[in-house]
Amino acid sequence: MTAIQETHSTTDHHHGDDHHHDHPSWLAHHFDDAEQQYDSGKLGMWLFLVTEVLFFSGMFCAYALYRNRNPEVFEFCSSFLNEKLGAINTGVLLFSSLTMAWAVRAAQLRQHQLLVGMLGATLGCAAIFLGVKSVEYSHKWELGLLPGKFYVAQLEGHHGPHKGYLEMLCAVPALITFLLAAYAVYAWATKSIFHQRVAGPLLTAGICFFGGVLLGQYLEAQEEASKSHGGHHEHHAMAQGHVDHDSHEHAAASDTHTHDHGAPAVPEVSPAVAMGGSPDVYVASEEVNTPKAEVNQRSMAGLFFSIYYCMTGVHAIHILGGMLVISWLIIKAAREEFHEQYFGPVDNVGLYWHLVDFIWIYLFPLLYLIT
Amino acid sequence: MSVVDRPIASPVSPEADSYPTHHFLNHSKGFLSWALTLDHKRIGLMYLVGVMASFALGGLFALMIRIHLWNFKDGWLSNQTYNQVFTLHGAIMVFLFIIPSVPAALGNFLLPIMLGTKDVAFPRLNLSSFYLWVTGLVLFLTALSVTGLDTGWTFYTPYSIETSQGGAVLAATFGVFVLGFSSIFTGLNFIVTINTMRPPGMTWFRMPLFLWAVYATSIIQVLATPVLGITVLLLSAERLLGIGIFDPKLNGDPVTFQHFFWFYSHPAVYIMILPAMGIISELMSVHCHKGIFGYRMIAYSSIAIALFGFLVWGHHMFTSGMADVTAVVFSALTFTVSIPSAIKVFNWLGTMYQGTVSLNTPMLYALAFIFLFTIGGLTGLPLGALSTDMHFHDTYFVVAHFHYVMMGGTLVAFLGGVFHWWPKMTGRMFNDKLGMVSAIIVFIGFNMTFLPQFVLGSRGMPRRYATYLPEFQPLHQLSTIGSLTLGAGLFLALVVLLLSLVNGKKAPRNPWGGATLEWMCSSPPPHDNFSSAPTVGDPYDFSDIEYDGRVGSYVKRS
Repeated sequence: MTAIQETHSTTDHHHGDDHHHDHPSWLAHHFDDAEQQYDSGKLGMWLFLVTEVLFFSGMFCAYALYRNRNPEVFEFCSSFLNEKLGAINTGVLLFSSLTMAWAVRAAQLRQHQLLVGMLGATLGCAAIFLGVKSVEYSHKWELGLLPGKFYVAQLEGHHGPHKGYLEMLCAVPALITFLLAAYAVYAWATKSIFHQRVAGPLLTAGICFFGGVLLGQYLEAQEEASKSHGGHHEHHAMAQGHVDHDSHEHAAASDTHTHDHGAPAVPEVSPAVAMGGSPDVYVASEEVNTPKAEVNQRSMAGLFFSIYYCMTGVHAIHILGGMLVISWLIIKAAREEFHEQYFGPVDNVGLYWHLVDFIWIYLFPLLYLIT
Repeated sequence: MSVVDRPIASPVSPEADSYPTHHFLNHSKGFLSWALTLDHKRIGLMYLVGVMASFALGGLFALMIRIHLWNFKDGWLSNQTYNQVFTLHGAIMVFLFIIPSVPAALGNFLLPIMLGTKDVAFPRLNLSSFYLWVTGLVLFLTALSVTGLDTGWTFYTPYSIETSQGGAVLAATFGVFVLGFSSIFTGLNFIVTINTMRPPGMTWFRMPLFLWAVYATSIIQVLATPVLGITVLLLSAERLLGIGIFDPKLNGDPVTFQHFFWFYSHPAVYIMILPAMGIISELMSVHCHKGIFGYRMIAYSSIAIALFGFLVWGHHMFTSGMADVTAVVFSALTFTVSIPSAIKVFNWLGTMYQGTVSLNTPMLYALAFIFLFTIGGLTGLPLGALSTDMHFHDTYFVVAHFHYVMMGGTLVAFLGGVFHWWPKMTGRMFNDKLGMVSAIIVFIGFNMTFLPQFVLGSRGMPRRYATYLPEFQPLHQLSTIGSLTLGAGLFLALVVLLLSLVNGKKAPRNPWGGATLEWMCSSPPPHDNFSSAPTVGDPYDFSDIEYDGRVGSYVKRS
């Protein structure tokens, strides 16, 4: 990101006295011509993307290592991830890559309105992605599906007291959206075209976040309903095993599908009873996936969720960074700064955005689709 | 701009041209004109001051270690303090001094001038690299003052997870993370500058070898450092969130941490030594007044070292538990790195052969480098061999080996480079006689410090211990005397440099007779380096460069 900012704006402040007379304002003083400036920015961005790939490679390496060591843990834990939400987010990001590429085209053709619109669409998609992700994260936190030593998978817990993680995650976006709304009111009140062009897409993106939250909640609820009706989802089997409660008979029993032996030793943690389902339905679901009870503990499932949160968390931070630079581009685009000789920043942010998209395309199957 | 700088000095050039009244140092004034500067030369000088201050801090810790080890028992530091002192010595020297020393300080100053451009490709990124470095320094000082880091500079798990100095570990790992990005951005900037901004005539094989070395270094910085970034991030997450990836209690694997860490930190060894080798290539050629021997082989060997450097990290972990086949492969690959290193040493000696050697301060440091680096390189071989490494691992032999490479190599080359380019950077000549005395004291002191450590290590003295057996005391005391001598020599070098600012005579355009582009700028260079594109020739063609007594400088015969 920083590399791009470099390419354009050195001219703004310093060395004003040293300019050659043929240097336009968008060309930094130390570059000979537009082409050299563009090539430098582009190469810089590609190198930055290389470092990004290597940055993520450490986590992919950890993933490969621990999945190779405990494949059953990964398969089992992956079933807690909601494929529908993951798939929707994949689609949203892919679509945002399209709008981003379109934005580059618009910048080259001096289609300033379209450029602002396309950047706004990209920003909106990013916000939807984060909205859906907030639902996923908060839902897992409610269930106690936390990383490493904090893993407390009381799987029946999601019917317990609501802890309000989603509200916490939404607090900052709500504040930002409120401020953006105030800014939009100001923009329309002062009839400033520039401010309207900036405020419109930003406010839309803020609203998109909550759209993503609603969509995520709806689908998550649907998933819950289908689990409790159409047969218990396999992971409920785990509720019978407390954390570190791995040596019980029922572990082996559930492996062999003999459910009646698998009745939990401690009645209050029976998911079938707690959720009003019948034991028979419970047996049927066992055929889908029958993990060992040892899996449901910090050193097993906890490690999976560590890797899950590290990978998706670092990816989400990159989405946030992308949103910041896209917002910066919207401001520049609203000033109509880009043209066929100077569109490097849009192009380079586009490259960055495609990489963020690309990494998600790997994360989605590796984390969600392995059962 | 009032200065008109001609790219090529002519014999009749007036004195005013050689001793400019207007240059980058007085181009603008005030604190902010430095703090917010985008000029690569000023950023380079700020780095130079910063890394030298860090070196002084790390050096004080080193002297504390050595003084503590004077007696085999009842040293003046507690065991806990001793752990913190050697940790901070290592961490400060590696992350704050050696890695940024040559590329960020000298490289920043020299790269655009040697290349013939006005600045690096991304001047703002360059400034932000510097402030990231400052942030890293502040974080390290926090780690130092809050509780004291005691994990060793390698932050090995599980110790770094379990130590009570959690705040210090977090501050230091975050510091390493930030410093990593400083290093990445510097490397990225240099690669782009060299690729896209070479002026007409500056082909790849007309680049000075220092630039080849910096380019190879930058490749490593860009490719290896992100892995360190994610490693220390995961380590921070381990401490904060207990993610368990490196924690055996949570089914994680501490050896994984070692793999991740050395995947960066072994290539980082070449981040440290490659630019130093680049300096030596320049110094050898200029002070022997003879074209560099085997230009292409030196250039290619820099790239070869950069690439091989990625394949050998496992040799740090032969005793950590590793499959036999893996160990053999890592050992064999380790030996291949010695080939390009030996090519360089051979070519430097080839350059000296039948050259007209000017024995001055930079040249003395360069000669010291060749001697010390060769010892450091050769003692790496028994450490790369599996059977002997079992004996030497974690002993003073390792300590002596990497100090010969890092300090005898990089630091000595860095000092040689600082003396060599000091007239260019500051416009002042230093006292050459005193400078040579400092080089000789450093050389003697260095060997007195670390040669005994080879003996200690081979007799079984383990590293990082606060006490030792009585029979090791004479060698330890010899080493301590050596370290004080070394400290005195380094202090003298600093005095020589600082004195030149007070009473040094003005430096001419080309005091040593170099043929690279920086010697065609005035000393110090003007704000924009070159007012018109310089004429690029062979950087090692000394046939038309001769001394002109009238201007007191070497000039190019027209």
